[in-house]
Amino acid sequence: MPAAGVVLLVTVVLIVLALVYYLVSTILALREITNGLDDVIAGVGEILEKSAPVNAVVNDINANLDAGVDLLEGLLVKKAGLHDALGLVDGLYPGAAAAGFRRFPESATITPPRIGEIYTKGTLTLARLGREAPIALANPAGPVLRNVEGGSLAARLLYPEGRQERPENLPRSPVIGADAPTQYEQREDVGRPRKRLPDR
Amino acid sequence: MTLWWIGDIVLLVVVVPVVVYLLNGVLTTARSIVPSVRRIATVARAGSKDLDATALLLTTQDQVAQTVAGVANYGGSLDVILDDAEEA
Repeated sequence: MPAAGVVLLVTVVLIVLALVYYLVSTILALREITNGLDDVIAGVGEILEKSAPVNAVVNDINANLDAGVDLLEGLLVKKAGLHDALGLVDGLYPGAAAAGFRRFPESATITPPRIGEIYTKGTLTLARLGREAPIALANPAGPVLRNVEGGSLAARLLYPEGRQERPENLPRSPVIGADAPTQYEQREDVGRPRKRLPDR
Repeated sequence: MTLWWIGDIVLLVVVVPVVVYLLNGVLTTARSIVPSVRRIATVARAGSKDLDATALLLTTQDQVAQTVAGVANYGGSLDVILDDAEEA
């Protein structure tokens, strides 16, 4: 065989070896990709399975909440009237009346009255107590006012009288008896007949 | 014979480097996909784990329904107790 033929043969062998090395490496890499994609498909399948009922459940929750909002809005407007109801809502949540009531689109165009001009002090107190409730945590006017542990004090402070100014701890009752820290002088006339006053 | 040598030289100088270059490109690309797929699989597992709490939505749904029902009862009582607003 001529030398040129040998060189050709060696070159072809080199090409085949290169093809084998690179193609086998590529096959191994593709197998790793396939295994990884299997994991991905399993994870995505779980996501789909777990999120499948979310839409229906959230829609049901929203429908219930919508019904609750409609009920409360309707009750408030029925009892207080649209004008005053807006004032009450705006008094509790300043600026909330700008959006109006959902069931009453015309309420968005009404200027809410100042609540103090409509309701008595008792109503305002009740309304403020409502805003102090823990349920008003997401109040747009800020955090709740009520101190849950000292709720009675918070309510008492609503009244502008002097009752809440009394001392926190009143003087304790005196301790009596033989073991009392303070011993009082025994009166000799205790238990004896009452002294008769001289006749006039 | 001269043409044979020319063919050998072309094969060695042109064909072999081109074949190696192309195969190396394919292999490099395939290997670069592997870490991306692993990261995607990790994210998918984490996303699936995050959705474990969606079962609690059923509890939320039930609680909301009960709460709205309670509000409706209170509303009905208030509707009876309180007078309606006077017509302007």
